[in-house]
Amino acid sequence: MIKPKTRRLYMLSALLLGFGGATALALVGFSSSLTYFLSPRQVAAHAPPAGETFRLGGIVEAGTVQTTQTGESLTTRFDVTDGQAAVPVIYTGILPDLFGVGQGVVTIGALEPDGAFHAEEVLAKHGSTYMPRDVAQSLKDAGKWNPKFGPAPGPDALGSPS
Amino acid sequence: MQSMHSAGERTARGNLSGRTQGGWLHYFANPGRFARFTRPILPWLGAVSALLAVTGIVWGYAFAPADFQQGDAARIMYVHVPAAWVSMSGYAMLALCSFFSLVWRHPLADIAAEEIGPVGAGFTFVCLVSGALWGRPTWGTYWVWDARLTSVLILFFLYLGHIALVRGFESRERGYRAGAILALAGVVNLPIIVFSVQWWNTLHQGNSISFTGSSIYPSMLYPLLVSTLGFYLCFLTLVLARILAAIMERKTSSLLLASAERDA
Repeated sequence: MIKPKTRRLYMLSALLLGFGGATALALVGFSSSLTYFLSPRQVAAHAPPAGETFRLGGIVEAGTVQTTQTGESLTTRFDVTDGQAAVPVIYTGILPDLFGVGQGVVTIGALEPDGAFHAEEVLAKHGSTYMPRDVAQSLKDAGKWNPKFGPAPGPDALGSPS
Repeated sequence: MQSMHSAGERTARGNLSGRTQGGWLHYFANPGRFARFTRPILPWLGAVSALLAVTGIVWGYAFAPADFQQGDAARIMYVHVPAAWVSMSGYAMLALCSFFSLVWRHPLADIAAEEIGPVGAGFTFVCLVSGALWGRPTWGTYWVWDARLTSVLILFFLYLGHIALVRGFESRERGYRAGAILALAGVVNLPIIVFSVQWWNTLHQGNSISFTGSSIYPSMLYPLLVSTLGFYLCFLTLVLARILAAIMERKTSSLLLASAERDA
C-alpha cells in the first residue's frame, strides 16, 4: 500500500515535469518571435518586406558614421554589422550617449525601397564587462583589448575609422 | 483514517522526543520551536544585514571606480543586481515551501510561503525600477519588451498572483493549496529569466557572473558581492520576522477563541 504523501510526491513531480516539458516545447516553437531583434545576417537571408517595422541589432561599423545637420534636426547614417553582413541605417534624432563605433545598437524601423533601414529609434546595447577607465586604457595600450568588451576607449569613439 | 492516526501519533512523538524520523527538517518545521529559535537571533541578523547592505551600496556609489563605458550610470548595479538575485532566489524558496506544503502538508511551509510573497514582490519591484532607471541613460529607454525584461515582469506578476491567491479563500487551507500550485507552475520562469540573455537576442546584456568567473573588475565586484550578501540577509530577516509575527498572530487568535468559548 503506497503512502498518501508518497503518492502526492510522485503526482506532483510528474505534473511539474509535464508542465516544464510543455513550456520548453512552447518556447522552442515560439523561439523566433521571442527574439528581440534580427541580425544583419538574418536580414540579408530573409529580408522583411519594405515598410514592415522590425528591430535590427548589431555593431556600428567603423568608418561608416556620417552626421548631417539640417536646421534643428540631426541625421546620422551608419552601417550595422554582425561581421558577416551589414545594413545601412538612416536615423534622424538624438542618439543615446553610449552610441559610437564598435558599440552594439538595436534600431527600430523599416527597410525602405532605397535599400536603407530607416530607424525611428536607436537604442544602445552595452556589454557585460565592467572595469575602471584606467584599466581599460592600460589594456588598450598594452594591446590586450578584447573586442568583446565593447569599443576600445580613446579619442576614436565617434565617427573616425580606427 | 489510517493517515490521520499516524499523523497524530507523529506529532505526539515529535513533542515528546523533539526529534522525529524526518530529521532536522521536521525538527525545525514545528512552529513553536521555530519561534523559540528565531526570536533571539532576529535582531542580530537584522543589524548585520543592514550593515552589509549599507556598506556595499556606499562602497559602490562613493568609492568604487566608474565604469569605462557607462560611467557613473553603472553604479546602479550595486542595487539592481542584488535585488534581481534575491527576487529569483526568493521565488525558488517560495516554490520549495509550496512543494513541502503540497506533499508533506507542513503548517510552517504554508506560513512561510504566505510571508515570502510580499517580500519577494518588493525586491522584484526594486529590481524592475532600478533597471528602468539604469536603462534610460545607457540604452536610451526605460523599458523594452525583450525576453529578459518581460520574464522578470512575469516573475513580479507571479508574486502578486500568489499574494492574492493565498489570501483569496474563505478557508485558509484552500488558499494555501491554490497558491502552492501557482508557485510551482511558475518555477519554469526561473530558468527562462536566467538563460533568456543566452537563448535569444535581447537588449539586456549577458550575465556578467557565472560559475566559471566574472567579467567585472575586482574593485567593482567586491562591493557588489558585499551588497548582495546584505540584500540576501535583509530578505531573510524580513521573511523570518514576518513568519514569527504570523505564528504569534495565530497563537493569539486561537487563545482568544478558546477564552471566548469558555466564557460562553
